Amino acid sequence: MKNNTFKIPVSILLSAIACFAIGLYGALPWWSFMVTNFLIALAIPQKPWVSFLTGALGVGAIWAGLATGIDMANNHLLSTKVANILPLHGSYVLLILITGIVGFLLGGMSSLTASYLRKA
Amino acid sequence: MRLLPFLASAIITVSLVSLFNTQLPVEGSKTPKLGYFLSPQQGFWKNAEKVNTNFDAHVLANNLKGKVDVYMDDRLVPHIYAEHDEDAYFVQGYLHAQFRLWQMDFQTRVASGRLSEIAGADKLSIDKFFRRLGMVYGAEQTEKMINETNPVMKATVDAYTAGVNAYLKQLSPENLPFEYKLMNYQPEEWTAKKTYLFLMFMSYDLTGRSASADLQLTNTRDYLGYDLFDQLYTNQQDSLDPIIPRGTEFASATIHPKAPMNADFAYLHKKDSTAMVANATEAPEAPDKNNGSNNWAVSGSKTKSGRPILCSDPHLGLNLPSLWYEVQITTPTHSTYGASFPGSPAVIIGFNDSLAWGVTNAGRDVLDYYELKFKDSTQNEYWYNGAWKATTKRTEVIKVKDSADVVEEIAMTHWGPAMYDAHYQNPQSKGRNLAVKWTAHEASTGVETFYKLNRAKNTEDYLSAISLWKCPGQNFVMATKTGDIAIKQQGTFVARWDRQGDFIMPGDDSSYAWQGLIPIDENPFIKNPERGFVSSANQKSVDATYPYYLGTAASFPLYRGISVNKQLAAMSNITAEDMQALQTNNYNVFAEMARPALMKFVQMESLSPAAKLMVNKMNQWDLYNHPSSEGITIFKVIWDSVENAVWGDELAGSPIPLTKPEAYVLVEKMLKDSNFSVADDINTTNKVETLKEQVLVGIEKATLKLSELEKDNKLSWAAFKATRVLHLTKTNALSRLNLPIGGGVNIINATSENHGPSWRMVVHLTDEIEAYGLYPGGQSGNPGSPYYDSFVDTWAAGKYYRLLFLPKEKLKANEHTKWHIQFSKA
Repeated sequence: MKNNTFKIPVSILLSAIACFAIGLYGALPWWSFMVTNFLIALAIPQKPWVSFLTGALGVGAIWAGLATGIDMANNHLLSTKVANILPLHGSYVLLILITGIVGFLLGGMSSLTASYLRKA
Repeated sequence: MRLLPFLASAIITVSLVSLFNTQLPVEGSKTPKLGYFLSPQQGFWKNAEKVNTNFDAHVLANNLKGKVDVYMDDRLVPHIYAEHDEDAYFVQGYLHAQFRLWQMDFQTRVASGRLSEIAGADKLSIDKFFRRLGMVYGAEQTEKMINETNPVMKATVDAYTAGVNAYLKQLSPENLPFEYKLMNYQPEEWTAKKTYLFLMFMSYDLTGRSASADLQLTNTRDYLGYDLFDQLYTNQQDSLDPIIPRGTEFASATIHPKAPMNADFAYLHKKDSTAMVANATEAPEAPDKNNGSNNWAVSGSKTKSGRPILCSDPHLGLNLPSLWYEVQITTPTHSTYGASFPGSPAVIIGFNDSLAWGVTNAGRDVLDYYELKFKDSTQNEYWYNGAWKATTKRTEVIKVKDSADVVEEIAMTHWGPAMYDAHYQNPQSKGRNLAVKWTAHEASTGVETFYKLNRAKNTEDYLSAISLWKCPGQNFVMATKTGDIAIKQQGTFVARWDRQGDFIMPGDDSSYAWQGLIPIDENPFIKNPERGFVSSANQKSVDATYPYYLGTAASFPLYRGISVNKQLAAMSNITAEDMQALQTNNYNVFAEMARPALMKFVQMESLSPAAKLMVNKMNQWDLYNHPSSEGITIFKVIWDSVENAVWGDELAGSPIPLTKPEAYVLVEKMLKDSNFSVADDINTTNKVETLKEQVLVGIEKATLKLSELEKDNKLSWAAFKATRVLHLTKTNALSRLNLPIGGGVNIINATSENHGPSWRMVVHLTDEIEAYGLYPGGQSGNPGSPYYDSFVDTWAAGKYYRLLFLPKEKLKANEHTKWHIQFSKA
């Protein structure tokens, strides 16, 4: 893959698909997407910050997207309760945002590390 | 050189993952593992159930003998139709697990002293309490007896257990109930012993108050001296309206319990000798004082249809998930509907196609303490009848999260386990060595009582079913389609002499032992009485002509019974709607008696203007505890304040909290004795306060509090009382708070802050049974389900659901039937 314009969307997409697929196996650790992100970033060489962003966006989008879908089908019943257990004043929007950010951050860091490893 | 950034990035990444994979300590509790918890494919999001979930399913299981069809109605109540009885219990276990797994697991962990295992060392004192009280010991006795002598019950409980475990087996990690994810632990296999532990917990909840009350009463007596104690904690209740109407003749006693010769000296007057020890730990909250209930049945002579109507509403702690789970169980041998306990097979309070039954707590004292003198710190011998007697040792290993196991070596005596000793004390036990003797330690076939009630066809079947019941003693009410009504107080009861077991008894003297258990035929029982109804509301079951002592009067609430009986006596042409209105009735019969008694002592001219205003409002109140009523709030605050003014000084000097005298004591004193000595404030030496002065003080103090409440807009009864249905972990976000509901202590609608009618049921025994009911919760234990709290608002509003109790084909075609779960052999 030489064309950088393709590399970015492809790695975001790969990262998202892999995150979703490995997440289907409930017996695996919750952070298994970090392994898939790591491997993807190893396979697709990009600048470190680009690697971070593509990995982060892939996982962040899956986490925030799934959470949003689940939450809508649930009429915010559980998210409102959880957002009162966590100090979020009952805001399901904040809870979804935080879910997305956690995915974003962990996904990105894993890709970043892989990208540095390639160049180390 | 990119090695440095790589290492930095790797370290940050690993640290982040560990951070999000750790339970972080926050203000005395711990967060979930946040990364896991927030993961939309594994964490809590998986528990956010679609509001339009389709519950249809086909379950294959190899333990089944035949086919089972379950139809779920629109309230998520399962109607189980099985070809074999055991299959029905298998499916009941499966459904309990599907909808209530965490709760079943959690409650039996509490009962067996295993909270530390999931919550850490903070819970050790609670775990030790339940272990040392003999909860596990009792469950083991029952398990052993059922396994050895009762193949039908063994098969029933085993089928139930297999059902729970069949659900567990197919449960994938991402679908674990919400609370496991929140607290980060795993469910474990169900066992028959857990069912017996759950039933032990009910025994504790309904008779375990003595475990703290006996200590408190002993300390109160030691502090006040017996004579003053006997005045303030009198066992005389002038206004008692017993369960068995006054004047009913009892069978003559076959046991004549006698107080030991030295009781006055060695038991009643015993002086406080031991000092408090340093290593005192906190005891768990004692079971709620108001754990009680109403039940009654009216005969056809009093109803519009000419058929009996039975009502039952057990008053227990209000929790989410609820203690109750509605179910219909239909097999070729029987068809039953009612409230079941997640954790136990069969229906606990309900009806079948021939009769209905309900229970209230008997309140009888079945738990006593005996003070031990050990020879030395090995606790291998204790002094008994002038010689050293050997103990045996029972080892209880308590696992503690993130910490080493704690091993309890409990000395077992012929009385029972040595609950309090040098290794375990709380402020009330005051350094004593105490053995506990409790009827719940005996093996019990309690499950069989319900098994047989589920199948009972007539009064004889009902009597035979309840004859097996031992602990906790209950008032079993019954009505049949053929027109019988009856009530019997049943359980293993001790033939006590007056005040035996109210206080700690000497453990070195056999004359303080229980002198016998009351034969079942001598337990209070009445069938088809002339007055056309039977009822119970936890009051004393019998008047003073009954030959045995029941236990201290504080265990027997007085006023609900008076209310129920007065209303039932006045009613005729009764319908099911009338009975619903009675169950949710808010009339305050206590205030009806207490208000005029209090007013005898109020000198209006001496009151401040603000207090006068409050007293006037109180007097204008219509005596109903309606949610919007301000009069009841004013009455309650004033009454409590007057009680404090009268009793407070007598009790305040004690270093450990003492029990307050019961409300009826002051009312009855006020009604017949206008200058009793306790009114004097002992803190003033130069004058003798009269009751009038104390009432004045009480009202002025109350007025200050009431003005505050008025400012905060909390003068209405619902706002003041703030009734809540609490999640079992007491997490507010998972609870329902500030429910707009009336009622209260002493009211038929016995809804106080966190306690009240936990399953309201009205059964009209017409040819096709007409039944209504609900509990303050929902069929699903999942906080992420719309069925989690779906009955709460209806319950608070005092409304009912019509219960669908139908044969299979009719139910299948019913408009309320929504889903079908098939169970078949794998």
